[in-house]
Amino acid sequence: MRNIKGIFIRELKSYFNSPMAYIFLVIFALINGYFFTNTFFLINQSDMRALFSIIPLVYLFFIPAIAMGVIAKEKNQGTIEVISTLPIKDHEFVLGKYFAVLSLISIGLLFTLIHFFTLIGVGTNIDYGAAICGYLGLLLVGGFYAAIGTFASSISENQVVGFIVGIAIIIIFFLMDKLLIFVPVSLSGIIQYMSVDFHFSNISRGVIDSRNLVYFGSMIAFFLMMTVRILDMRKWR
Amino acid sequence: MVKIENLVKHYGSVRAVQGINFEVKDGEILGFLGANGAGKSTTLKVMTGFLSPTAGNVHFDDKNILEHSLEIRKEVGYLPENNPLYLEMKVYDFLEFIAKVRGIEGKAFKSALGRVIEQCGLKGIIHKQIIECSKGYKQRVGLAMAMIHDPKVLILDEPVSGLDPNQIVEIRELIKKVGEEKTVIISSHILQEIEATVDRIIIIHEGQLVADGTHQELMHNFHGKAQLTIEAKNATDDSIMQLKEKESGIHIANVSTIKDKRVISLEFDKKIDPREMVFNHAVAEKWTLLEMTTHKVQLEDVFRTLTIEGGGNA
Repeated sequence: MRNIKGIFIRELKSYFNSPMAYIFLVIFALINGYFFTNTFFLINQSDMRALFSIIPLVYLFFIPAIAMGVIAKEKNQGTIEVISTLPIKDHEFVLGKYFAVLSLISIGLLFTLIHFFTLIGVGTNIDYGAAICGYLGLLLVGGFYAAIGTFASSISENQVVGFIVGIAIIIIFFLMDKLLIFVPVSLSGIIQYMSVDFHFSNISRGVIDSRNLVYFGSMIAFFLMMTVRILDMRKWR
Repeated sequence: MVKIENLVKHYGSVRAVQGINFEVKDGEILGFLGANGAGKSTTLKVMTGFLSPTAGNVHFDDKNILEHSLEIRKEVGYLPENNPLYLEMKVYDFLEFIAKVRGIEGKAFKSALGRVIEQCGLKGIIHKQIIECSKGYKQRVGLAMAMIHDPKVLILDEPVSGLDPNQIVEIRELIKKVGEEKTVIISSHILQEIEATVDRIIIIHEGQLVADGTHQELMHNFHGKAQLTIEAKNATDDSIMQLKEKESGIHIANVSTIKDKRVISLEFDKKIDPREMVFNHAVAEKWTLLEMTTHKVQLEDVFRTLTIEGGGNA
């Protein structure tokens, strides 16, 4: 746990020691703010659906961007050799990195709470349960994409490769339930279950089903385990 | 004690290390010499657990790197080649991070930090960002990183590469001081550095160990030729050629003329000393002897013979 914390704090500090975190947080807040307020007064409804539908789209590009260097940079600069010869297990290293990416996403989400408070201020009959569940869903989707981004960053020392691979994998999971009409009926159930949107829309409606939690938990675990495996393969190359 | 046992490391079809065996005793400073690409860094990477061996094993006392990598990493300090550091961090934060991961916190960290600041001369830069430090100071930060936990074994891969002469002397003194208490393994292709710092030298060529011994042992066992250069006036070609008939095992390597002087280079087995014979011959032939210089076998000669010509055993 001490090692995970050490890696996590170092990584989070390195985000804030560079313009990366500030650029991410400002642009993330601006884009989400624009799309939320654009329709907020037109539709005349006290809900946050507009925000919950735009953030997963923004995630598509932002999460691979903030995660692309998380391991690739260590490989490129050679600091992976320093880390790998310290008494740290590979999974501790990966978890520390992952939690740093997740924390940056969470800080980005915290900034969007201003819209929630605006809603409380001007709206009536607010469904607090749906809003809280929506945020939980966004955190889970962010966590899932962060795991994909961390995995993509581990496969090459080139950050651009990490970014492109990250986007490619995320888009596959993002589009799955939109392509259901093209797949045989026998496979549609599995494809739908694999889709991020299917689980996120369940949660953001205010329904917390263990199947959705298991889905996100297992997908995050799968990609983080793959990252550990990739790091382990380096030793045996 | 560190024991490398039949170590083999392949990168795909490239055989970087091919069955190396050697031991390093406690408190010994071992120099690991080899040309670029000889397999030095690969061997060190396996020793530190960064790479896994294709075959063989590395033992640190009763533990081996395949089964006890984590425990061994706790006891080893490692400065990788090119000294990779987190450049955006401050020196203090970087050392604090390394110490924390090694389980050194609070008072223990303050004490360890004070020690490495003193040993590595970091006082003036401790609150600077690493990227702002000169190359020499970055190297010191790398050394401090390797020594913050007071390791039993210190492994340094090219620790003085790219440093200026003053910095080299400083780092050399530091390594010697550390080597009084710890086992130190230094890899380098800078021969003078190895010669000046270590107790024992290992030479590796194309992934194989080609020499192992103290500096004196390597010189003694070297089967190369020694050289004598003679500068003289009034030396005719005939009288010069007579030199090789005076004593067996002497070869006239080169004769040149500079103005009115003759410069003669003799090569001979290093077990014989032809200087007296040359002097007597010069007197007999009425040469005016201006200079006679012997070229002793250097570590460089041993290294070149073993790593370029590929022959010889030291």
